Amino acid sequence: MNEELAEVLAPYRGRRGSLIPILQAVQAKLGYLPEEAVAEIAQFLAISKSEVFGVATFYSQFRFTKPGRHTVKVCLGTSCYVRGVSQIMSALEQTLGIEAGQTTPDLKFNLERVACFGCCALSPIIVVDDTVCSRVTPEKAKQAISSYE
Amino acid sequence: MNRLEDAMTFEEIQSLAKVEWEAFDRSDRPRILVGAATCGRSAGALDVLQTVNDELARRGIDATVVQVGCIGLCYLEPLVDITKPGRPRICYGNVTPEIAAQLIEDYLVNDNPRPDLALGTIGEGAVEGIPGFFEQPMLKPQVRIILRHCGTIDPVNINHYIALGGYSGFAQSLKMRPEEIIEEIKRSGLRGRGGAGFPTGLKWEFCHRSTGSEKYLVCNADEGDPGAFMNRSVLEGDPHAVLEGMLIAARAIGATHGYVYCRAEYPLALERLRIAISRMKDYALLGEDILGSGFAFDIEIKEGAGAFVCGEETALMASIEGQRGMPRPRPPFPAQAGIWGKPTNINNVETLAAVAVILQRGADWYAQHGTESSKGTKTFALAGKIRRTGLIEVPLGITLREIIYDIGGGVADDKQFKAVQTGGPSGGCLSSEHLDLPVDYETLAQAGSIMGSGGIIVADEDTCIVDFARFFLTFTQAESCGKCAPCRVGTRKMLDILERVTQGEGRDGDIDKLHQLAETIRDGSLCALGGTAPNPVLTTLRYFHGEYEEHIKDKRCSALVCKNLVSYYILPDKCQGCMICLRNCPVGAIKGGKRLVHVVDQSKCTHCGTCLDVCPPRFGAVAKVSGQRIEVPEEPIPVSPSK
Ligand SMILES: Cc1cc2nc3c(=O)[nH]c(=O)nc-3n(C[C@H](O)[C@H](O)[C@H](O)COP(=O)(O)O)c2cc1C
Ligand code: FES
Repeated sequence: MNEELAEVLAPYRGRRGSLIPILQAVQAKLGYLPEEAVAEIAQFLAISKSEVFGVATFYSQFRFTKPGRHTVKVCLGTSCYVRGVSQIMSALEQTLGIEAGQTTPDLKFNLERVACFGCCALSPIIVVDDTVCSRVTPEKAKQAISSYE
Repeated sequence: MNRLEDAMTFEEIQSLAKVEWEAFDRSDRPRILVGAATCGRSAGALDVLQTVNDELARRGIDATVVQVGCIGLCYLEPLVDITKPGRPRICYGNVTPEIAAQLIEDYLVNDNPRPDLALGTIGEGAVEGIPGFFEQPMLKPQVRIILRHCGTIDPVNINHYIALGGYSGFAQSLKMRPEEIIEEIKRSGLRGRGGAGFPTGLKWEFCHRSTGSEKYLVCNADEGDPGAFMNRSVLEGDPHAVLEGMLIAARAIGATHGYVYCRAEYPLALERLRIAISRMKDYALLGEDILGSGFAFDIEIKEGAGAFVCGEETALMASIEGQRGMPRPRPPFPAQAGIWGKPTNINNVETLAAVAVILQRGADWYAQHGTESSKGTKTFALAGKIRRTGLIEVPLGITLREIIYDIGGGVADDKQFKAVQTGGPSGGCLSSEHLDLPVDYETLAQAGSIMGSGGIIVADEDTCIVDFARFFLTFTQAESCGKCAPCRVGTRKMLDILERVTQGEGRDGDIDKLHQLAETIRDGSLCALGGTAPNPVLTTLRYFHGEYEEHIKDKRCSALVCKNLVSYYILPDKCQGCMICLRNCPVGAIKGGKRLVHVVDQSKCTHCGTCLDVCPPRFGAVAKVSGQRIEVPEEPIPVSPSK
């Protein structure tokens, strides 16, 4: 087994209900869930690969393709909707030349939708990597991503 | 920590905690509290914190700096409080790093409290020119029980919580029989704050009576309702209150193992929970022999993985077991067969925080707030187009008008009120005729909405109600887990209709079809996700019928939101022929030339609105209308010479 993965999996040995925490830990390490990792996880838990995929595809947190270096998450929650986040999403889609859910061809950015960060009082909200930007306008959004390499 | 502290009695822990709190509260050094919850951070609180620390170091000032949770005035974030020894605490809003540095110089060094920047004072004593913080319109009508510590104590310091009465409710429960604890909760009238409002004492009784040596207790911190952030604030600002509630619940039902199921979108809440749990272990408040009582309980954190349906209790249990988070039919109820088939009790974050305070201060004290059938207080997240956004706590029975106007300050930007949405995607949209309704479980349900977990979103004249309904259905349709057909297929069909209507392709009979589908989905769905999904559509059909008719019959969207129903015209008496819109139009739909009045070719126009955005405000020559034709020249003509 891949050593890096073995290290991630070791603490979960013999623990019930650990498939989701394992998927989270593996994704935190590798950035996504490559097919080989899914196979290793299945073997580790002695379940089938399709069971692992079945669970992983149910949850929107998991991804199966290599992500970009930075992630731009746009909140499509109710408060952000009422405060005009759709225009911000369009502005970002236009600037990055991709649609929500896609990665730029140079692997620089992913653009993702999220349904509420719990920061609704200062909506609209976008989150670039771990930085929360509040009261965003289309201009501010474009500026927020301009400093990333 | 060492064994010695493991063996401390609760009274010893309390005196230790009091010493630490007194040293903080009565300190002869200045204290600076920085509101550093997620909302504060997004507004720049960490930069402010950095400046505060740098300035203090640079000036050699010895002061205590603490990151605290959110006091609720999110619209004024970042918030900073400064206390000088022997003076009340002064709260400042909209603090930038520059203002923070200025405050240190003006107040700490030169003793000028800067009343012009202050919001209010907290605690005994007055400062000239600064009103009492809790006298402010946003705070005065509030009754802060759940939120009493948020923004005031150091959330990662268990001693602060204990010194202010924390864990004494649990210590009390150790002296009671489980039946007595349950009776106390029943007497308090507490109902579940996760949405459905089920009486908490009764729920515990079911689980208590279930036989089995192994039982589970779950704290539901999934808070998937978009537009709600009450649970996040409590977890970030006062995590021990929730954990104390878990201990009490575990004692009452006889649980051996607890889970906090918290959404991954809340990294700070997760971090605070992890720290809080490890502090509990230091004091033997978790483990094999809690406070030497023989009671054993431990708590594990489970991170959600991004699925709204996992807030539903049976789906949540499946997710904890590591499966796809799909609900299952009840019975069996979780109290009979829950996680791993064992009796399980699930409560919301706020329910558990209320449990702690009920045991600390007594059921009667708690039950004096609220109405006959809805006792106590409820936290609400005010967001959307409301002037003062933030987190509030009010006694149940208060009216929507008091919440929106007295506390929230009314609609933002002097716009016209249109609707208020309570209960998120499972709730409904109410109109101005409902503003005087008291907020309690039954009244909101009668109006077709629900109390829900506490999100209150205000929409103004710029929100199209039909598009708002479409927005909610988009959410529920995407989050439907797909297990049962009424929800999986039904929400898709409803969404199709709403999409057509908002695109200007509404047909006769659409409204009837929406009603039929709504009934089928409501009655036929397996869980409440489907069962309540039609609510936003049903309430908007009921209270804003005219807007649907207008979209379907007149192809008009009076809020000017639905793209296909709006048109753009360039007004000949205003256009200066500057060519800016012409150059920016992405589809080349604008004809014209220098000093010629431009014309939008309506057959080419994609209604993107770029021309309106780029037209210089001093000309204001682009008009956006719906269901209306403005007479303009068909071909460019020279700009009139008078200009
Ligand atoms: C689709 C759906 C989502 C839900 N999300 C939550 C949630 O995020 N938090 C919560 O406490 N309850 C949620 N609930 C309600 C729970 O099923 C359950 O009733 C609640 O956690 C019980 O706690 P309480 O009795 O303390 O209110 C949800 C229900 C449904 C149907
Ligand atoms: S709705 Fe966007 S942060 Fe909550």
